Amino acid sequence: MKDYRNFLKEYDGPPIRIMEVCGTHTASIAHSGIVSLISSKIQLISGPGCPVCVTVTEYIDRLITLSLTPDMVVVTFGDMIRVSGSRQSLQDVRSEGGQVRMVYSPLDMISLALAEPGKTFVFAAIGFETTTAVYAALMDGIVHAGIANIRILTSLKTMPRVIEWVCSMQGGIDGFLAPGHVSVITGSDLFVPLAEKYHVPFAVAGFEGEQILIALYALVKMISHGEGKVMNLYPSAVTAGGNKTAQRMIETYFEPCDAAWRGMGIIPDSGMMLRSEYLKYDAGSRDLFSDHSHHPACLCAKVITGAQKPQECPLFGTLCTPDKPQGACMVSTEGSCYSYFVNRRNA
Amino acid sequence: MRITMAHGSGGKATTELISSIFARYFDNPILAKMEDAAVVPGAARLAVTTDSFVVTPLFFAGGDIGKLAVCGTVNDLAMSGATPMYLTCGFILEEGVEVADLERIVFSMAETAKVAGVLIVAGDTKVIEGKGGLYINTAGVGFLPEGDFEVSSSFCGDGDVILLSGTLGDHHATVLSARMGIENTIKSDCAPLHGMVSALLKENIRVRAMRDVTRGGLATVLHEFAVASGKCLQIQEDQIPVTAQVQGLCGILGLDPLYMANEGKMVAVVAKEDAPRALECIRNSPYGQDAAIIGEVVSGDEGTLLLHTRTGGIRMLTELYGEGLPRIC
Repeated sequence: MKDYRNFLKEYDGPPIRIMEVCGTHTASIAHSGIVSLISSKIQLISGPGCPVCVTVTEYIDRLITLSLTPDMVVVTFGDMIRVSGSRQSLQDVRSEGGQVRMVYSPLDMISLALAEPGKTFVFAAIGFETTTAVYAALMDGIVHAGIANIRILTSLKTMPRVIEWVCSMQGGIDGFLAPGHVSVITGSDLFVPLAEKYHVPFAVAGFEGEQILIALYALVKMISHGEGKVMNLYPSAVTAGGNKTAQRMIETYFEPCDAAWRGMGIIPDSGMMLRSEYLKYDAGSRDLFSDHSHHPACLCAKVITGAQKPQECPLFGTLCTPDKPQGACMVSTEGSCYSYFVNRRNA
Repeated sequence: MRITMAHGSGGKATTELISSIFARYFDNPILAKMEDAAVVPGAARLAVTTDSFVVTPLFFAGGDIGKLAVCGTVNDLAMSGATPMYLTCGFILEEGVEVADLERIVFSMAETAKVAGVLIVAGDTKVIEGKGGLYINTAGVGFLPEGDFEVSSSFCGDGDVILLSGTLGDHHATVLSARMGIENTIKSDCAPLHGMVSALLKENIRVRAMRDVTRGGLATVLHEFAVASGKCLQIQEDQIPVTAQVQGLCGILGLDPLYMANEGKMVAVVAKEDAPRALECIRNSPYGQDAAIIGEVVSGDEGTLLLHTRTGGIRMLTELYGEGLPRIC
């Protein structure tokens, strides 16, 4: 381990830009103080893997409308409550009578719905492949129990297309710390076509500080040798083919669709929505594409794609803080701005 | 039987509630006089504090809202170096509270007050419309030792040592598990800490600052110390005690024990030479067996809190941002 550490600390080759795609990696890199352990020539960039951060404002506006509809209750993860739509956040409308509740698991919806049959509960279903598997389990529960008062509003994303979008941008990401949780579901082979096409290496890693360091070492080595391949360094949880049961469950209830990403626009086939036979459970998710940042100077979009660093945004740390976030990246604990602000990641 | 608006009317139902529950369990000569105000002996210098408790659920592994309401105020008094003496308690009950639940909570308060050596000398009950919620306010008075003894977060100085009295996150994890219906054996650490503090003072440990580590967690408390003293506080992640169960829950839910609430833990900054004795003192006190030395105060980097991570990196810690967890105490 010491050799890896010395190598990363003393690296003095050409500057390298590595993107960690998963929000949990962003948080873990900050928590472990990884930046203090690697050479300043290795730059870590947080990618579009925080589901809250990539959600467009029209989706949040739709949730707000639903929360103000009589006998409707919007149910969500905590982070979403504070994210602004085009004008307001769910937290704002809650004080104006909007019905919004927070849960830690989508499966809590079933007990909520059974307890209050006179109300319709709408879950704010955001997330990537990992969370989509949980929504599939929720759908399975609803369908089999015949529960009529649950809907979901989906803004589900999938990884490969957005990573390809980043690869195709000018600005150059030299290697990817591949999303660990997503890979558990999809398998590490998902990234092979991208690695080959764009000739960039991917390392699938766990979330402990030590595991991340090993993955960074592997990436720097592969980048130095010009290797565009996928290395699975998280074999205890990730297989080449992924979790087939979860994949089948997702396919039962969801199908690919175009999706809008904050700051990136619409990326074809980069999302998931309910299959047509289950659309009666949908709360109006189709075509929620419009995106108007709360503050015109907010650089969330550029931060998410690695084009600019959080501290390069004119709002960072002044007008935009975790107490008064202007953009989604400052709201979520997995957001890059939040992470930089709270942990002074560049310190 | 359930609480109704009549129990808050000030009439017969109120009197019955007071005599059958509050006076019965809190029984002491001062309260027994049932006057408008309790008259008590005092000291030259007093510590006075108040706190309100709104936790849901009312009962959780290792405690309940009543135990919490006594410990919270006792601990606030103790952290000033005072010996907690008297508490008052105000109940706000929503219609529909089960009288049996209220009795259980009052009994628990009485038992905890005995352990903490305080008398509950005055009280009040109001009933409001609602759905069976129960809220408690306690105020407390403590006697400070003679002389000019004082602790303050601004007294932290170069070379001082930081001690933590036990594992982090237990209360927070317990309440969260109860709300999420997660079964585990995690228990709230809710406990009175006056014994620990009096042991430190009896041993003449030079204590600079003390704080119970409640909402906001250890990082928020130590960040405040760093800012108030203008010093740099450095702590070692691998020295900070966290149980495997709490660590596991944090891993699953993405929580950080450094920012989680506790109800029976304190942090003390003491003179370096006194640190080994202080550690022994805390470890020999009730609720202090897992105490550890977790860091030190150094000069430079004014007003910052640095964590040396298990991975070997350095992470700068700020105070807690955002909600944490609502209604945890």
